[in-house]
Amino acid sequence: MRLQALIRKEFRQFRRDRRMVVMAVMAPIIQLTLLGYAADLDVQDLPVAVCDDDRSAESARLVAEIAHAGYFVVSAEATRSADLVALLDRGEAQLALHIPYGFQSRLRAGEATVQLLVDASDANTAGIGAGYLNGLIAEHGARVLARRVRSAPAERSGPEIDLRTRVLYNPTLESVYYMVPGVLGLVLLVITTNLTSLSVVKEREAGTLEQVMVTPLRPWELMLGKLVPFALVATADMATVMAVILLWFRVPMQGSYALLFAALFLFLLTCLGTGLLVSTVSRTQQQAQMTTFFIMLPSMLLSGFMYPIHNMPEWLQLTTYAIPLRYFLTVIRSVMLKGSGVGELWPELAALLAFAVLLVAAGAASFRKRLQ
Amino acid sequence: MSEPAVIAEGLVRRFGAFTAVDHLSFEIPRGRIFGFLGPNGSGKSTTIRMLCGLLLPTEGDARVCGASVRCEPERVRGQIGYMSQQFSLYPDLTVSENLEFYGGVYGITGPRLGRRQDELLDRLELGRERGRLAAELSTGVRQRLALACALIHEPPVLFLDEPTSGVDPGARRRFFELIQDLSAQGVTTLVTTHVMDEAEHCNRLLLIHRGRRVAEGSPAAVKALVPGRLMQVRAEPAMRAADVLEAAPEVLEVSLFGTALHVRLREDIPEPDAFVRTRLLAAGLEVGQIEAARPTLEHAFLALAADSEAEAPS
Ligand SMILES: Nc1ncnc2c1ncn2[C@@H]1O[C@H](COP(=O)(O)OP(=O)(O)OP(=O)(O)O)[C@@H](O)[C@H]1O
Ligand SMILES: [Mg+2]
Repeated sequence: MRLQALIRKEFRQFRRDRRMVVMAVMAPIIQLTLLGYAADLDVQDLPVAVCDDDRSAESARLVAEIAHAGYFVVSAEATRSADLVALLDRGEAQLALHIPYGFQSRLRAGEATVQLLVDASDANTAGIGAGYLNGLIAEHGARVLARRVRSAPAERSGPEIDLRTRVLYNPTLESVYYMVPGVLGLVLLVITTNLTSLSVVKEREAGTLEQVMVTPLRPWELMLGKLVPFALVATADMATVMAVILLWFRVPMQGSYALLFAALFLFLLTCLGTGLLVSTVSRTQQQAQMTTFFIMLPSMLLSGFMYPIHNMPEWLQLTTYAIPLRYFLTVIRSVMLKGSGVGELWPELAALLAFAVLLVAAGAASFRKRLQ
Repeated sequence: MSEPAVIAEGLVRRFGAFTAVDHLSFEIPRGRIFGFLGPNGSGKSTTIRMLCGLLLPTEGDARVCGASVRCEPERVRGQIGYMSQQFSLYPDLTVSENLEFYGGVYGITGPRLGRRQDELLDRLELGRERGRLAAELSTGVRQRLALACALIHEPPVLFLDEPTSGVDPGARRRFFELIQDLSAQGVTTLVTTHVMDEAEHCNRLLLIHRGRRVAEGSPAAVKALVPGRLMQVRAEPAMRAADVLEAAPEVLEVSLFGTALHVRLREDIPEPDAFVRTRLLAAGLEVGQIEAARPTLEHAFLALAADSEAEAPS
């Protein structure tokens, strides 16, 4: 069969293109590791320095609770609150808690304030620790004035930003379950869009696309010859990521696999369509990669993959409706974590279906047009 | 067997306001080698791409093996082998994988593919290269592989767009011998080239300029079209001599030919030798031998293209 020849050729080329193989293998590994690192941050024995100016029963109780929570050790007790920063600076503590004079009486009156200092140079650990501590203190009814120190500028723009924010928004760490399934969506987007567009552009660069056009191959065969191999590569990646999510991260699977696969399939189609579109607007492989990158960036930022949509400004929230990954993430998270069914998820599924049809049709049309 | 393999009828192709191919009509009888000549940008590749069904004619039509390129390009595609100007191969596939792919795309599989592959590898002397990646091959080998890919499905018609560009003279000769073998077996070939030696091997030539036909016929007939009389002149210094002769209105064209000059004079000069000698001596130059020369295709090419340039409304 003619299609078979196309697919075999595509796999041969894929195997020999180191960049493509690296992408297909590394994208899932990098993303899972990044998030896995966050997931693995079960803080333990985090050193906390305490300065208790109140010396009351309530303040003693708070300190004892922190010490017994299982996550912290009270590593130093300062007599002056000014010493706390020095302790953080020397690395003798990663968190420092200042309980001011009058804590007990204010607490009993309904509202008390403590100050929390965080060494944010290890943003992840500190952030998670701070989150825990926050929770503990909040249970006490105290309001926390948090302050970060030693947060070097380099870290501010580093990749940890998401984790810091995440922790701030999801202090209970449930978000590991919440985050990890999102990797499925992102990996699918990266792999499929990149590989499809690169392989089409590569042929155009070599002039082989024109050569193939004089054979009796139909445009739809040519297109399937490009889509099927990368759908298969993406599927293999998917299966691996899924296994890691279920077996390593132990994300509970509450809902139906059929629904999950349906969502995966629809999202795969949107990615393939996007890849074709990218290939028709790109002359060179670099251009294709840049274009894909500019599509991926808003997908990562606005889909709810990194930042919860409901925390975005309203006008920004509106733009998220244009991002297919958004619907996919909602579906996959709800299916896996809450066991939601078609009943609750039909609007997202319908949106995914619409995007799939639209993007594949647009991709196919412009692919055909570029051939002529 | 009577209908020509390729019939072009008033082919026109415009890109915006620019006319790349301007009402070209020609016929190629079966089994013939048809040479398609013209300066860069004259519309050769554009014409071939229309004949392959890659580009829709703006006006006119062509029939390839009886199928219209305008109405049934799919039927045309099964009948032709095409070698594009840049030898389009998959650089990351080996020689035999390239062949296997093109075979598969034409629906040739299994033992038939294996047989055909061996046959072509043998005939085009590619056997030793079969496991090498196309990207690593020398230009000559890539050219033969591109031809092999174009031949895998045994097409009755071949379109070869500058198949010998960048290839050494020995390889060029062998390549044309192959084309002649194919022609003997009944394969019809349209080939473009800038090498006049190669044009001599064609049964028929079509010379175009700015998309229009300038001359057509056998190589001998095309050479006979060169107007005026050609003289080979030896004079010192040659460059000065060329300047002197070019200034004379009776001289149509002067070109350097090795250390000698080729001078084309108007037909109506009664004693061309004497004319040239007097002119050169009057200018104080040393004059050697002067003799009549036969026009080559190169002269024809230059003269006819220049005439067409002069006539062209610009
Ligand atoms: N797709 C296109 N769009 C616009 N102009 C084009 C296009 N293809 C070709 N042309 C123009 O048409 C003219 C003829 O080009 P063509 O490639 O047919 O020439 P050619 O005879 O093959 O030249 P060469 O000997 O350099 O290969 C050129 O001026 C070229 O710039
Ligand atoms: Mg050309």
